[in-house]
Amino acid sequence: MMDVTPLASLMPGQAGVIAELHGDDSLRVRLMEMGLIRGETVHVLKYAPLGDPVELDIAGYHLSIRKGDAQRILVSPTGQPTR
Amino acid sequence: MLTRAAPTHAPGPKRVLALAGNPNSGKTTLFNGLTGLRQKVGNYPGVTVERKVGSLVVDGSQWDILDLPGTYSLTARSPEEAIARDILLGDMADTPRPDLVVVVVDASNLNRNLYLATQVLDTGVPTILAFNMMDVVQAAGDEIDIDALSERLGAPAVATVANRRDGIGELTAALARHTGDAQNRTRWTMPDPALAPVARVAQELRTAGVARPEASDGEAARLLGVDGSRERIERYGGAQLASIVQSARSGLLEAGIDPTTLEAEARYRWIRAVTTATTRIHHERVATRSDRIDGVLTHRVFGPAAFLLLMVLVFEAIFAWAGIPMAWIDAAVSAAADAVAGALPSGALTSLLTDGIISGVGSVVIFLPQILLLFFFIGLLEDTGYMARVAFMMDQTMRRVGLHGRAFIPLLSSFACAIPGIMATRTIESPKDRLVTTLVAPLMTCSARLPVYTLLIAAFLPGGPQAKALAMTGLYALGVVSAIAVAFVLKRTMLKSETPALILELPPYKRPNFRSVALNMWDRARMFLQRAGTVILSVSIVLWFLSYYPSLPAADVAAFDAQRPGASAATLAEIGAAEASARTRASFAGRLGRFIEPVVRPLGYDWRIGIGLLSSFAAREVFVGAMGTVYSVGDADEQSESLHGRLREATWDDGPNAGQPIYTLPTAVGLLVFYVFALQCVSTIAVMWRETNSWRWPAFAWAYMAALAYAGAWVARTFTAWIT
Ligand SMILES: Nc1nc2c(ncn2[C@@H]2O[C@H](COP(=O)(O)OP(=O)(O)O)[C@@H](O)[C@H]2O)c(=O)[nH]1
Repeated sequence: MMDVTPLASLMPGQAGVIAELHGDDSLRVRLMEMGLIRGETVHVLKYAPLGDPVELDIAGYHLSIRKGDAQRILVSPTGQPTR
Repeated sequence: MLTRAAPTHAPGPKRVLALAGNPNSGKTTLFNGLTGLRQKVGNYPGVTVERKVGSLVVDGSQWDILDLPGTYSLTARSPEEAIARDILLGDMADTPRPDLVVVVVDASNLNRNLYLATQVLDTGVPTILAFNMMDVVQAAGDEIDIDALSERLGAPAVATVANRRDGIGELTAALARHTGDAQNRTRWTMPDPALAPVARVAQELRTAGVARPEASDGEAARLLGVDGSRERIERYGGAQLASIVQSARSGLLEAGIDPTTLEAEARYRWIRAVTTATTRIHHERVATRSDRIDGVLTHRVFGPAAFLLLMVLVFEAIFAWAGIPMAWIDAAVSAAADAVAGALPSGALTSLLTDGIISGVGSVVIFLPQILLLFFFIGLLEDTGYMARVAFMMDQTMRRVGLHGRAFIPLLSSFACAIPGIMATRTIESPKDRLVTTLVAPLMTCSARLPVYTLLIAAFLPGGPQAKALAMTGLYALGVVSAIAVAFVLKRTMLKSETPALILELPPYKRPNFRSVALNMWDRARMFLQRAGTVILSVSIVLWFLSYYPSLPAADVAAFDAQRPGASAATLAEIGAAEASARTRASFAGRLGRFIEPVVRPLGYDWRIGIGLLSSFAAREVFVGAMGTVYSVGDADEQSESLHGRLREATWDDGPNAGQPIYTLPTAVGLLVFYVFALQCVSTIAVMWRETNSWRWPAFAWAYMAALAYAGAWVARTFTAWIT
């Protein structure tokens, strides 16, 4: 098993490959319909001025979700390791 | 080529074309391009979801074009998305299934847009694909083989650049050429262990006759996906279907398949395979111009600063710039009233025309500049993509209250006027959140309260200009704090609901399309005039009736007339004002004022303030005019020294305090607080009624705000009396 870490723990500029999605069904369906599916690479672009929500790049477009929800998306980081 | 000789359909009844697509795909721009000004905006029956229909004639055949709400998939969550889904599936009462659907695909964001496109194709509805934003694709150096994609997807396709009106001709040609048939083919496949359980559910849907054969697999997968589809399951087939769904779910789970992720993963796998074969898209991330703009506009420091600056500008516009045309409208309305009054003999009819109808219509039209300006800015912010960033930045703050980032703009707009604010709540997805925002919006201090505040503060509050400005600020702050508090309470009691999840697309910044912005402003203005206008006009007429009848006894009129001959102009004005005052006293409104005096007495108000409160039910600023009438000041406005003087001199007619001044400092403070809270505005009530489709919510808003106003005024008065 590769090392997985919550998406919310990535710093801006880091990326990861989606491994698992947790949380309630309806949220998971919505996220997946927006393209957050297993095997897809997701970049963390930035956090909002007050620290939450987070802005992601997924399949070439920008999507914003709350940190609490990003906490339940597990990714295996690509590139530089997370701190 | 288009051949006129062989139309594929006999020219017959109008056919319906529906436009579907993801939000931000350019659907609205394409709709405007196809229909121009030939469009109507209304509501779907029973819900406040906007229904936009336009018309188009292609090759002599008539099309009604229906602009469906934007949606990312057929798994609907918001009322908007449910409408789009129901129409596409032919499940919508009163709306036949469209004859043809154009799915607008944002080609610069292909895979995600094809998710909805393939779902729509799977429903078996005849479809044309419009690959929009092809300019963006080209600018990025990407290539899309549209013919190959069209072949794989099994539907005709055209390339468009909607904001430049490129490809509209090709689209209408494809429309004319379309045979009205759909190509039936397999567009995605489920993993083998899933086939049997899904087929069971699909079979049941077909037997129950609720899904077309082609659409049944997709619908089955979606029913299985979310445990919460109960409501739809009930609508489709009730208990039997529910138990089949339940056993299929457990079948899938046993086979190690997550029913929730089933459709999305399988469908995306298929889409990825298709687009890999038919496109050349660069995948490395390059910082675009939009990214650089965003770097500033959502920057930790500059972002909020820029936002604040922008809000100051919007505020300034709605407050100050709008004041100029509002003054014109005001002048035009008075001029019209004077002209009518001059041309007709004085009497009930003239009074009805001038004081009832003309001033009633005037009180509606006067809001138009504010509404137009606000929707100009909102349209601009939406169209450029900035509005999504506002929600992004404000979400953290709004969530503390329990609301979505999108609720911020409507509340802010309500500082100018609650009417456009309430109309702007339509961008909020969750119905309960929309309702909470609508219910608290009138607590934000709108510009109509300003004349009342100005009058009372200037006349009664001690201290210099600084102290008075501070008092004004305090009143604004009281409004904001109470709006937040009420929203907080409502979200946890009556309208209890989770803070909705934030899944917000941040589209690239775009140059605004002023045509779309102008069309949007025009829609809002028309909607406001039609809907609010009728209600406000009727209420104005009722209020006129109450204050005009019964007329003054003939003997009294004669007594006033007897004083007139030979009087100077100034005295004449005074006599006229005194007569008006006497008439008010004798009217139903005057009697009502006396009747409610016991109710307002604990707040220190006499019947005259009672009339002021009653008459300002039509609109708050009427209070100033009403005070002018009952204290018989010829020409009252909030700065008039004579009105200030009259109010200060006013004394009780009777009762224990007879002869003492009515307006003491505590009473004035109480009255100010009353105006902070009370929902004294028919226009707001009318709009609230229209937007919520029921009398219950405006009645509730009125009642809770009246209770707050009464209690608040009493507390403020008692407290002020105690400290002074
Ligand atoms: N570059 C480009 N921009 C477009 C195109 N079509 C629409 N737009 C812009 O994209 C934005 C969103 O369009 P809109 O019609 O409001 O999208 P909707 O949310 O799908 O209704 C607007 O700023 C449009 O001017 C296109 O083909 N190319």
